[in-house]
Amino acid sequence: MEVTSAAFKENAKVALGDPHLQKALLHIRSGFIEKRQKAVEALPEFDRLRDAARDIKNHTLQHLDLYLEAYEDKVRAAGGEVHYAETAEEAREVILSICQRAGARTVTKGKSMVAEEIGLNEHLAANGIEPVETDLGEYIIQLRHEPPSHIIAPAVHLTKDQVEADFRRVHTDLPADRDLSEPQSLLSEARTVLRQRFLAADVGITGANFLVAETGTSVIVTNEGNGDLTQVLPRVYIVLAAIEKLTPTLEDVSQIMRLLARSATGQDMSCYTTFTTGPRRRGDADGPEEYHVVVLDNGRSGMLGTEFQDMLRCIRCAACMNHCPVYQAVGGHAYGSVYPGPMGAVLTPTLAGIAEAGQLPNASTFCGRCESVCPMRIPLPKMMRHWREREFERHLSPRVYRYGLGFWAFFAKRPRLYQFFTRLAVRVLANRGMDRGRFHSLPLAGGWTGHRDFPVPEGRTFQEMWAERRKAG
Amino acid sequence: MSSSEAHRPKVGLFVTCLVDLFRPTIGFAAVKLIEEAGCDVEVPRAQTCCGQPAYNSGDRRDAAAIARQVIAAFSGFDYVVAPSGSCAGMIKEHYPLLLSGDRGWQARAEALAAKTYELISFLVDIRGVTEVAARFEGTVTYHDSCSGLRELGVHEQPRRLLHSVAGLTLNELKDANVCCGFGGTFCVKYPDISNAIVEAKTAAIADSGASTLLAGDLGCLMNMAGKLQRQEIPVHVRHVAEVLAGMTDTPPIGEPG
Repeated sequence: MEVTSAAFKENAKVALGDPHLQKALLHIRSGFIEKRQKAVEALPEFDRLRDAARDIKNHTLQHLDLYLEAYEDKVRAAGGEVHYAETAEEAREVILSICQRAGARTVTKGKSMVAEEIGLNEHLAANGIEPVETDLGEYIIQLRHEPPSHIIAPAVHLTKDQVEADFRRVHTDLPADRDLSEPQSLLSEARTVLRQRFLAADVGITGANFLVAETGTSVIVTNEGNGDLTQVLPRVYIVLAAIEKLTPTLEDVSQIMRLLARSATGQDMSCYTTFTTGPRRRGDADGPEEYHVVVLDNGRSGMLGTEFQDMLRCIRCAACMNHCPVYQAVGGHAYGSVYPGPMGAVLTPTLAGIAEAGQLPNASTFCGRCESVCPMRIPLPKMMRHWREREFERHLSPRVYRYGLGFWAFFAKRPRLYQFFTRLAVRVLANRGMDRGRFHSLPLAGGWTGHRDFPVPEGRTFQEMWAERRKAG
Repeated sequence: MSSSEAHRPKVGLFVTCLVDLFRPTIGFAAVKLIEEAGCDVEVPRAQTCCGQPAYNSGDRRDAAAIARQVIAAFSGFDYVVAPSGSCAGMIKEHYPLLLSGDRGWQARAEALAAKTYELISFLVDIRGVTEVAARFEGTVTYHDSCSGLRELGVHEQPRRLLHSVAGLTLNELKDANVCCGFGGTFCVKYPDISNAIVEAKTAAIADSGASTLLAGDLGCLMNMAGKLQRQEIPVHVRHVAEVLAGMTDTPPIGEPG
């Protein structure tokens, strides 16, 4: 997907004025936050699991080369193939050539954020191969030609009525009296259509929640079962995953998994958890003949050893965005990136550069709620601040803002001068506004007074009054 | 308080820039509460701001210069107390990070961090205050400001002291732990988003049925007061220290005298 994060402010304005979106976003509270809260409260060891999961991933990242090699050996031993892709373009080409060798006309897909990241669907379509999204949310946004707005609920920006309208537009053989008013009926309608597509697909592609070094296994966690059909039915199956999905052992996976669904949807476990190791063996009842894993880097190894390394612990649960007041206000599309919310604000500048994506790490109140719910204890606000530092060092922040900051800092570093001028400024302000108690508008403060009143200061500074009190003894 | 006159700890009050400029009443309320908790209070002249505007804008150099200034001004005290979770959090959590690797200053930053507290948590957790002698007639609601809540664990302490205020009823605010949309420079850099966030907050405040909103950070209070007043929602706004110190003669934030 093309990153358009530079337009964040304009996008946000549009999003704030979109009544459908605003209605859809209200669902986040009951759909995610409250459910997560309940699931966490029911598991007394949740915080200890967070520590353990953080340690597992830190250890893995410290020895990533070893675990990658071990993983690759195990996949090969099971009869599969591992392909390394340094860039998005390389990953697209590897996948395209596997599909072309298989003579593929249609490809079914499980939900994969990495596939979105590398723009896989567009690339396949441009080369005459039709990608079919089989996750309900992904299926809906594919109908609408939209990118996902959330990393686990790609269509969370839509209301039920909008989805019904899309189904009636595209599924032209639908009888008009067919009831589609409930999510369940929408799901069964999508299933009916997708069943044929599953049977016709030549290649299946999914992401992975974990790649297990110990066994060469890929693990996917889903709620609809579409991922399993994508894996099992086509002749060729491709796993597309980035390097940070490496996890040493099955035991480690089972620990992190106890955090994943609880943090994401508030479930103890997702409905389906599928472990896949290599292609169909002799005597297996089903399974693909070919099993490929495409391991993507796309800038991630450059984060190792930097202040952004902790981001590679992310397991894509989306708790950070669900709890983010900015995400809740504007939704995911405003971010102009595959990855929205706090995790996207840290990751997108890595993928697209800070010059393009600088708005995202700035658009945070640093309320810290993301970090407080992150199952992997990723210090998201700290890393957003690190991006702001890089931006500031490279003089990329807006000039007006930099000058304003410089002016303020000059005085903040000179207490006597500061106190002299603030004493005067406070007097002037107080004299102008005393009778009302607040200002409706103020020169140079439009950012504030455009939406809210500004309180009039009491009239004298604390320091001034304190000095008098001391003198009076 | 058990401490005798001879052993009264020396507290340096970090006033915070907003309290200094906009609402000295909060500073005097803090002084009163700290003194009543058996401490002596001094207010170093060489303080302006904790440096967050620079720090959160990526300007580490100015932020570090301001941090050194604060450390130098406050190192002689037994405790440093601020009537703000945000500024106390800056000193306690972020100065050591900001000055890490800075020989000579890192250790001083850590020493200062170890003795710096947000006002209400200082009273309750360090001085063991369990009640105050104040009276306030009315129903209040309380917003948990983010830094105090998540960086410093300020949650129960203000509620405990508020319960001891005669005449006061506390109605809990729905989503009290969700950001009000202030975020320092965020509110002027992203005014539309900040507005959407504070509108959700003022709706919850109106629903609480309280006639006064309290919190522990003046930045958040100015934001919420400004929005309530723009929307003409008749809820008064005060810093929690004003109520706890019984200093409510000053008009509420943003209201004429």
